[in-house]
Amino acid sequence: MSDLTRLSAAALADRLSAGEASSVEATRAHLDRIAAVDGAVHAFLHVSADDALATAADVDARRAAGEQLHPLAGVPIAVKDVVVTKGLPTTAGSRILEGWVPPYDATLVERIKAAGLPILGKTNMDEFAMGSSTEHSAFGDTHNPWDLDRIPGGSGGGSAAAVAAYEAPLAIGTDTGGSIRQPAAVTGTVGTKPTYGGVSRYGLIAMASSLDQAGPVTRTVLDAALLHALIGGHDPRDSTSLPDPLPDVVGAARLGASGDLTGVRLGVVRELGGDGYQPGVRARFEESLEVLQAAGAEVVEVSCPNFQYALAAYYLIMPSEASSNLAKFDGMRFGLRVEPADGPVTAERVMAATRGRGFGDEVKRRVILGTYALSAGYYDAYYGSAQKVRTLVQRDFAAAFEQADVLVSPTAPTTAFRLGEKLDDPMAMYLNDVATIPANLAGVPGISVPNGLDGGLPTGFQVLAPAKADDRLYRVGAALEALLEARWGGPLLASAPELEETR
Amino acid sequence: MSTISREEVARLAGLARIDLTDAELTRLATELDVIVEAVATVSRVATDDVPATSHPLPLVNVLRPDVVVQPLAADQALAAAPSAEDGRFAVPQILGEDA
Repeated sequence: MSDLTRLSAAALADRLSAGEASSVEATRAHLDRIAAVDGAVHAFLHVSADDALATAADVDARRAAGEQLHPLAGVPIAVKDVVVTKGLPTTAGSRILEGWVPPYDATLVERIKAAGLPILGKTNMDEFAMGSSTEHSAFGDTHNPWDLDRIPGGSGGGSAAAVAAYEAPLAIGTDTGGSIRQPAAVTGTVGTKPTYGGVSRYGLIAMASSLDQAGPVTRTVLDAALLHALIGGHDPRDSTSLPDPLPDVVGAARLGASGDLTGVRLGVVRELGGDGYQPGVRARFEESLEVLQAAGAEVVEVSCPNFQYALAAYYLIMPSEASSNLAKFDGMRFGLRVEPADGPVTAERVMAATRGRGFGDEVKRRVILGTYALSAGYYDAYYGSAQKVRTLVQRDFAAAFEQADVLVSPTAPTTAFRLGEKLDDPMAMYLNDVATIPANLAGVPGISVPNGLDGGLPTGFQVLAPAKADDRLYRVGAALEALLEARWGGPLLASAPELEETR
Repeated sequence: MSTISREEVARLAGLARIDLTDAELTRLATELDVIVEAVATVSRVATDDVPATSHPLPLVNVLRPDVVVQPLAADQALAAAPSAEDGRFAVPQILGEDA
């Protein structure tokens, strides 16, 4: 078995630039790994072997010719299927887009292609990114590589499982309420939600436009910073894209890896802990705090009293925006078209028949909920109130960041649960995102870093920073990673059970 | 404030243009009732003196250079359409009257 799949993206990039391995070899090794384990994991909805190898061969040729390349050139990557890719099928996990091949690339995909990263394929997800377990995909479940009977988190379970199973060193995720960070936590991987507007949303199939952010999914904090730096920065095609230059996230990750956090103030959010969080999750969190304190960090407790209303506000704002965004799936311009079984074939009836057939349960639930929240007579009580809570959550963050440089909490209240366990209880499923949602409401960045095991399953440590201070995530995240790996004698993923390889 | 009836779900599904089966209507009425009751807690703290926030980081007048860029060609835009004719999307009858 090739060990190229076990390297971090940074280490693989070093081998490529040193001429010790070619991108074709690295890409082929990952494609072989996908062939060997993805039958069991099902992280991918589409594997683009030929395109990936062609890109790899091109990068190898350009490198041989002495061309100056991007540091990540030739390092393969997987892309969540909610991101449009020219010439590669893009479904967002929905039947309504089955077989759709986009005629354009998302901005972040353009940047990936321009830098010469071979795209291995598209990863599985909850339909339109609606879910916390990837069980709402129209194309089957993804399985957690730590225990194939358990969920990989969601909505980006495919991207997280792909990097955890060594099918890709890098992946792209999107995070509307925790869809990058929660899967990272339950698969023992790293995931960052950048500051809102830090990565272009052009070419993301929108769920909730004021909350959606794309970001890196990786096995190490440095890799996340490298990918963040590649995809981040201003894009004139996204009106919400920040014009500010991206902070030096890579430099911050390298600084953090020294393990020195002298003078850094960590704010423990009182409301993101306690009852409702699995005892083992709380224990790992406390241990991580001690480790960070020993490295020089100062720990203070902060209170964000309105966070208790964040989940409720989120489940009004997100469905409201989603019900509006998903109106484009009308059976007219792309995707599925279903004609009604009987009666007149009008555009309105075709649209209703198409959406009745093409949308899954969770999408229907959220679109109907959003339609309700926005309908006459309820708008002020629901959507209007939720927007006010958003203001209160922002004020809580502002006050907390007066007292601390970053805020910290467990990423998810539990470890990975069993497939099917929460499928019939939407509210129980929604509670998975209780610690990740406040960041989306306020637009601030967050990272999840693996911080241990509970019952043989990974737990995650969340770091939140003020808007546009994404570099702080990487400094603290890399420090925690370095300190914990020194204790463990290696990365957490090294203790995951080996997946059976089939040919 | 809550209690969403089956009839209410049917009305909302009509507004949202989604055909639902009888079984879906019944199940959604129960589920939405639970969800709406839970999310209604937002009204507890949403007092008159709190302004609403619609966007996390408001931006004003971010401009790009005024240069011409190539738009998507018509055939590319139409390539994935369920039906197209003469360089246009072909759609069903859009008005409700008899043909």
